[in-house]
Amino acid sequence: MYELFKNLGAWLVGSEQWTGPDGIAHRLAEHLQYSLLATLIAAAIGLPLGLLIGHTGKGAFLAINLASFGRALPTVGLVVLVFLAGGLSMLPVYVALVALAVPAIVTNTYAGMTAVDPDVKDAARGQGMRGHQVLLQVELPLALPLIMTGLRLALIQVVATATIAAYVSFGGLGRYVFDGLAQRDLVQVLGGAVLVAVVAVVLDLALSGLQRFLFRHRTA
Amino acid sequence: MIQFDAVHKRFPNGTTAVHDLSLDMPEGGVTVLVGSSGCGKTTTLRMINRMVEPTSGTIRVGGRDVTRQDAAELRRSIGYVIQQAGLFPHRTVLDNIATVPLLRGWSRRRARTRAAELLETVGLAADVGKRYPHQLSGGQQQRVGVARALAADPPVLLMDEPFGAVDPVVRTQLQDELLRLQKELSKTIVFVTHDVDEAVRLGDQIAIFRTGGHLVQCAPPAELLARPADDFVADFLGAERGLKLLSLRTLADVPQGPAPEGGDWSLVLDAANRPVHWASKDAEIPVRPLKDDDSLLAALNESLASPTGLIARVDSEGVLTGVTSRDDIHERAGQAHTEARVTA
Repeated sequence: MYELFKNLGAWLVGSEQWTGPDGIAHRLAEHLQYSLLATLIAAAIGLPLGLLIGHTGKGAFLAINLASFGRALPTVGLVVLVFLAGGLSMLPVYVALVALAVPAIVTNTYAGMTAVDPDVKDAARGQGMRGHQVLLQVELPLALPLIMTGLRLALIQVVATATIAAYVSFGGLGRYVFDGLAQRDLVQVLGGAVLVAVVAVVLDLALSGLQRFLFRHRTA
Repeated sequence: MIQFDAVHKRFPNGTTAVHDLSLDMPEGGVTVLVGSSGCGKTTTLRMINRMVEPTSGTIRVGGRDVTRQDAAELRRSIGYVIQQAGLFPHRTVLDNIATVPLLRGWSRRRARTRAAELLETVGLAADVGKRYPHQLSGGQQQRVGVARALAADPPVLLMDEPFGAVDPVVRTQLQDELLRLQKELSKTIVFVTHDVDEAVRLGDQIAIFRTGGHLVQCAPPAELLARPADDFVADFLGAERGLKLLSLRTLADVPQGPAPEGGDWSLVLDAANRPVHWASKDAEIPVRPLKDDDSLLAALNESLASPTGLIARVDSEGVLTGVTSRDDIHERAGQAHTEARVTA
């Protein structure tokens, strides 16, 4: 056990591991690229949907059911399915990651919208704001903390799951996990897993810190 | 200024909130809508700025049918104050007040300048403007709510139980402020409350609603108190409505005479001739001097507390002008009741 951790430490800090096309730096960049792009696409789908449901109050069942749908979705299965249907490309990976991220974004956006004090919305309409003005000037800013939480959760989930890109022969930190498994190189598997975990935790901390800074004037 | 003509409101669930309401709310006056909860008073108020649409009938503001105007434009021309203030928690006080001017397309600078003026109008310090609503007390929040409603200088102000959520002391202060503001601004105000005392205090006319959205009586406070239309109104106004009537009359025309000399009790004055207390050989009783614009009710109350049955009258500087006896107050109180019953 001790030997394993010693080797793991050596693997993580070894300079030859960090450079080159198979180096950690490059794999990390790939991993972040997949994750950010997938989360952005998911946000482009999930935010308008959540805002619309929250603003109109219509389709709430969709927002609620999406959450359980998201939890039950077999990500790897989805990758394989899209791969079989569409051939080898990054598409299956993005489809799976986006499908994973959308529910968290929709449900949190919706939750943020419904948490806006009805008196405040009433006052906004009563002062003469039109529907889109209520949405953009009152509901959206007030829902923003929860919306950001949704984006953060989505991104963390995607980062943790983006290892599947390697499953269909692409890069990212998942490379080490899948290659390590194939080569029966436990240190490499662990190294990849540790890196993914560290990236996820660091992003989570950084983003929650940013949220605390941005919303320091809020009571709740 | 505001006319309801055979207005009916039935909600989709079948309840009738307002039943065949015809009512005039005169320009520059305060119309108070009172009644227990569920009587349709808030619905009535909210139909004026189309927050609720009438099922039938017409509502005119300044002669124009509200349903024929763009709802958002209409609302920008009518001040709206709600219970709990409904301030935007993510905006500073100044930006909250500037809401309607900005919606009307004023420049940010002009809107902010106007907002700063209004802070002063509603009695708040300039530095409050930079704070966020949650950093204010309930009373301060309500003042900001009033300032926000006044920002674009609308001729009409709708106030839906605006002082319902603050403690009685602050409530009285806010009522005083509103009366002071109203003297300056002469807005047409529609004010919803379930508090009879508040209605009597603020209203130029009071409309009493019964459950099911029926208007039972609409009259100036004195007439209402002296001649309630039926038992419902009488009950609603309370057993002490005779005393409430006295709260509407001032001491101004009640005669006064010189302070008595040589009795058991004498009125002690300070160097500037301001009353300090009643004194006898072995006791002192505090005195609360009254001015001409204090109410007969306050005078009656003070005369009961006074050891001589006399109240001390003072001018605006607090200097003694004379005393008035309990009998004179009683006589004037009796007259007030008779007048209200006869002339109303």
